[in-house]
Amino acid sequence: MKASAQWKTFIVGLAGALTLLPGLGAGQAWAENAPLKVDSGDTAWVLVSSAFVLAMLMPGLALFYGGLVRTKNVLATIMQSIMILSVVSLLWILFGYSLAFGPDKGGVIGGLDWVGLSGVGSQPHAVYGPTIPHQAFMLFQLMFAAIAPALITGAFAERKRFTSVVLFAAMWSVLVYVPLAHWIWGGGWLAQLGALDFAGGAVIHISSGASALIAAIVLGKRRGYGTDYMAPHNLPMTLLGTGFLWFGWFGFNGGSALGANGVAVSAIIASHAAACMGAISWCGAEWMHRGKPTVLGLASGAVAGLATVTPAAGYISPLFAILIGLVAGMSCYAAIVWKGRFGYDDSLDVVGIHGVGGVIGVLATGLFASKVVNPGGADGLFFGNAGLFGVQLLVVVVTTVFSLVATFAILKLVDAMTGLRVSPEEEATGLDLSQHNERAYS
Amino acid sequence: MKLIEAIVKPFKLDEVKDALLEIGIQGMTVTEVKGFGRQKGHKETYRGQEYTIEFVPKVKIEVAVNDGQVQRVLETITRAAKTGSIGDGKIFVRDLTSAVRIRTGETGESAL
Repeated sequence: MKASAQWKTFIVGLAGALTLLPGLGAGQAWAENAPLKVDSGDTAWVLVSSAFVLAMLMPGLALFYGGLVRTKNVLATIMQSIMILSVVSLLWILFGYSLAFGPDKGGVIGGLDWVGLSGVGSQPHAVYGPTIPHQAFMLFQLMFAAIAPALITGAFAERKRFTSVVLFAAMWSVLVYVPLAHWIWGGGWLAQLGALDFAGGAVIHISSGASALIAAIVLGKRRGYGTDYMAPHNLPMTLLGTGFLWFGWFGFNGGSALGANGVAVSAIIASHAAACMGAISWCGAEWMHRGKPTVLGLASGAVAGLATVTPAAGYISPLFAILIGLVAGMSCYAAIVWKGRFGYDDSLDVVGIHGVGGVIGVLATGLFASKVVNPGGADGLFFGNAGLFGVQLLVVVVTTVFSLVATFAILKLVDAMTGLRVSPEEEATGLDLSQHNERAYS
Repeated sequence: MKLIEAIVKPFKLDEVKDALLEIGIQGMTVTEVKGFGRQKGHKETYRGQEYTIEFVPKVKIEVAVNDGQVQRVLETITRAAKTGSIGDGKIFVRDLTSAVRIRTGETGESAL
């Protein structure tokens, strides 16, 4: 009887979600209530978390990706991350933050009220961390905005023109990331339906994973893909990057609690548990499948576990985090093995890790979320609320479809403006020399 | 005169060199090479993607000797480079038609 009631709620939730009626869920409290007071401990934690997330991107992701490419492309790969960090940070301060988190316009986009951070000051915002300066929230979100487009660079590694990488990232940030962040975090229509995404499983991982898929298809394979030796040129570099990612993820997920509190602690425990289980799960799957445990498998599994647990981190108990890590490691490994059958060259496996992990994580949030862990969240299907799972399913579909379509349009536009790929000769020479006149190892 | 080319496992280079010095060989040329014989290559796996590395790193030692030294040099290299497992390498012997010592202009066997 209980199960059928759950399904009923699920269907009602899904139907509700599909009607897209704003205000159906719990609306955001925009009104100014009692004066809010800055808490120094909370503020310190969010500021430190911002620096943690910065370290995830640079040096974390930069080295993670840098080690996975060939010798001739390592500088270009690292440079893409640093340049995207710089460009997106500025866009965010100028108008990105306002569009994503500014006062809601019809559930679709934020207004221009906060352009240039006007009105974003040291006073807390009622919704965006009532105990931290509004600017601290802005800074923390800036790091998220910067890392999302940088993740996608793994899909078109070793073959994209530098100018087109920069143009693409800037346009993607404004046209894909900003709307998604608004819909899910900024009081937009998915937030109003009750969507839960603790630290960016949809906003960051599904969006970058889906965009990576279309980018890999549109750009085409690297020359020599499938025949040439394209092994990672420096695995210790990749492992150093893994360490920074793992470390930084404590701030990424823990900081999303927007305070130094119990939710931050449980988010970090969930993250670490999922990372450890993900590492063992991927490595074990590969060991059974290929006969040897690999260190790249262990590292990739940890990242897969972290990416997958991200949307659920602050809403679930540690045992569910371990389960998420277990599923994440095996599923992402399977996705990467099967990649070969589909024939696209997602060079550094953004789809297999962030896309697949993001989808699993957002759905898992709909299953395992619990108000006991986080009173500010919601109960998932396992705790009697199937409606949440319906909303999470909608989040997956909307984020995936929107990212695919919008990214496709951006790629076509950038192609018309500058061309996407380097010439075959430049590709053979390598991006370091052909795009930047530099060589990593002389 | 003969030119002896020995292709051996890299970690055996020092033992071969010392053994050759012991029997009075005064010079040799060494090159890092790659190749394969019956040993074949090895496999590498990165995120489930398997690569077969066909060319195995080896060291090539070249020694120019008098005809009378050939047998001894061959025996010495064989003894020093042998591990008994597959991939120990090969030795080739070629005729050497002439040789010149650049410093003095000596030619033939006295140039070796």
